Amino acid sequence: MACIEARGLRKAFGTNIALDGIDLRVEQGRILGLIGPNGAGKTTALNAILGLTPYEGQLSVLGRNPWRERDRVMCNVSFIADVAVLPRWIRVSQVLEYLAGIHPRFDRAKAEGFLTKTSIRQQSKVRELSKGMVTQLHLALVMAIDAQLLVLDEPTLGLDILFRKQFYDSLLNDYFDHSRTIIVTTHQVEELQHVLTDLMFIDRGRIVLNCSMEDYETRYFEVMVNPDQLAAAKALRPIQERQVFGRSVLLFDGVDRQKLSVFGEVHTPSIADLFVAVLSNKVEGTKAETQGQRQEREQGPVQ
Amino acid sequence: MNTNSNAQTDTLSGARIDSQAAASSLSVPRQFAWSLRRELWENRYIYLAPLTVGAFTLFVFSLTIVHVVRKMHAEMALDPDKMHGALAAPYDTVAALFMAVQMLVGIFYCLDALYGERRDRSILFWKSLPVSDTITVLSKATIPIIIIPLLTSALCVVTLWIMLFINSAAFSVTGYSVSWLWSQLRLPEMSVLIVYHLLTVHALWHAPIYAWFLLVSAWAKRAPFLWAFLPPIAIAALEKVMFNTTHFLGLLGYRLAGGPEGASGMDFPIHPGIHLTPLRFLFSSGLLDGFIFTAICLAIAIRLRRYRGPV
Repeated sequence: MACIEARGLRKAFGTNIALDGIDLRVEQGRILGLIGPNGAGKTTALNAILGLTPYEGQLSVLGRNPWRERDRVMCNVSFIADVAVLPRWIRVSQVLEYLAGIHPRFDRAKAEGFLTKTSIRQQSKVRELSKGMVTQLHLALVMAIDAQLLVLDEPTLGLDILFRKQFYDSLLNDYFDHSRTIIVTTHQVEELQHVLTDLMFIDRGRIVLNCSMEDYETRYFEVMVNPDQLAAAKALRPIQERQVFGRSVLLFDGVDRQKLSVFGEVHTPSIADLFVAVLSNKVEGTKAETQGQRQEREQGPVQ
Repeated sequence: MNTNSNAQTDTLSGARIDSQAAASSLSVPRQFAWSLRRELWENRYIYLAPLTVGAFTLFVFSLTIVHVVRKMHAEMALDPDKMHGALAAPYDTVAALFMAVQMLVGIFYCLDALYGERRDRSILFWKSLPVSDTITVLSKATIPIIIIPLLTSALCVVTLWIMLFINSAAFSVTGYSVSWLWSQLRLPEMSVLIVYHLLTVHALWHAPIYAWFLLVSAWAKRAPFLWAFLPPIAIAALEKVMFNTTHFLGLLGYRLAGGPEGASGMDFPIHPGIHLTPLRFLFSSGLLDGFIFTAICLAIAIRLRRYRGPV
């Protein structure tokens, strides 16, 4: 069954529509990257999933209504908001003790095991730790909770590249197995490319792209085209053209790799490049639809 | 607001992953006890403030005891009532001091209890744990309504007893009768009275005051202190201007003064033992009204905590 299922999920703050009727289905065992510009509705969507905000429409997380049953849902859901939410007054030993006291699925020994790999001392207070250490601590706590869904909202914001790499490495090596689901939002998209199994772009409260990474690799191609072949390549309707070292790089959606290889070397584009392509098309409005969406409209949703 | 649409959600997916098993092992008393413990970790002033008052009192008392004894010697010739007053005065003052500290700590605690976690964003951490808003708010209400009065009355009684022993030591050194001192002060009765007074007036009778402060703390987006005090002042002023009456102010005064126990509570050490009227207190209508007001405030605070995020 689906880990998260939403239909017509909507949330407005006054006249500002944060979520504009989202349909969403996240299966168990996936790592979903939720990517979008600031104010796109990512955090609102996560807050709805976590039972932190009321919403309109239907939403079920692990088979429960997160708004009405937050405490029960949270037995099986862990959440790291951003680096600054661990209470600053608490001692490391106290937070371990407290979690062991109130959380039925928290394994204190496991958390202590993770902490011994860091330089965090149990007697320290959170306010005495560096930003990176607070994130390490929070990650250690969350990884010691035997949850089915882990939600990460900008978990590595403001951390240096070493901490960021370490964060995702330990998440994949020590935590993720295929019975768990992870949803992560971040602006550091490039670091996630090889971590994700699914990708979702969200913009102005709507999902503008939703595909698995397997599909991603067979659907999106990038070719650096020689000027003399540009017209022929453009006839295949790239979704974006950009200039690199004076040559055109064209990004295609759903065009056969064989057809493209005559123009030059074909690559899978980075998530960041695709993101820019999809979003700038949205802004221009002229080429507002990607081929995938056109297909979707004509044939119904692609699952 | 959207309860209807939420209500449909349960039918969205029939099966429930084994969260059922985990949820059933959520023990409410256990979570409640840990929540109380957490509050004491965070707000150490709850016990540090009365401990400091106790330590400070004992320090000052031991320094001045010689002076007290000498003064008493000078007034030996006076009538027994004044004699008693001179002996009991420091004990009265200390008991009153503890009660003032208890109220200040309680109010300070309440105003920050549901506001501070939103200000420092730690509410996002607390809400990521399987502890319900009801348990959280009720545990936070238990601190000022039960824990602080219990703790303060215990520390107050211990301090008074240590004072009496210091006093006795000073008496025996200077040759006065210790048994006469004990007969004058009657500390066992006084101890019972202090605990009774703190638990009835400062816990049960004042519960609605703390519940109001908790409600403001859950509601305010900034300056909870102002929001706590301005509305009562505004209501009293409006009433005075519009109807030229002071019913609301009278109601507040009656509540603050301690209701049926109020007037007698103030001069208790002089004639201890005669003011214990628990039945009259328990069946006073003001107590019931207070409980209803407390319940309403806490219910709103629970609901507000559900809706409110970081400020």
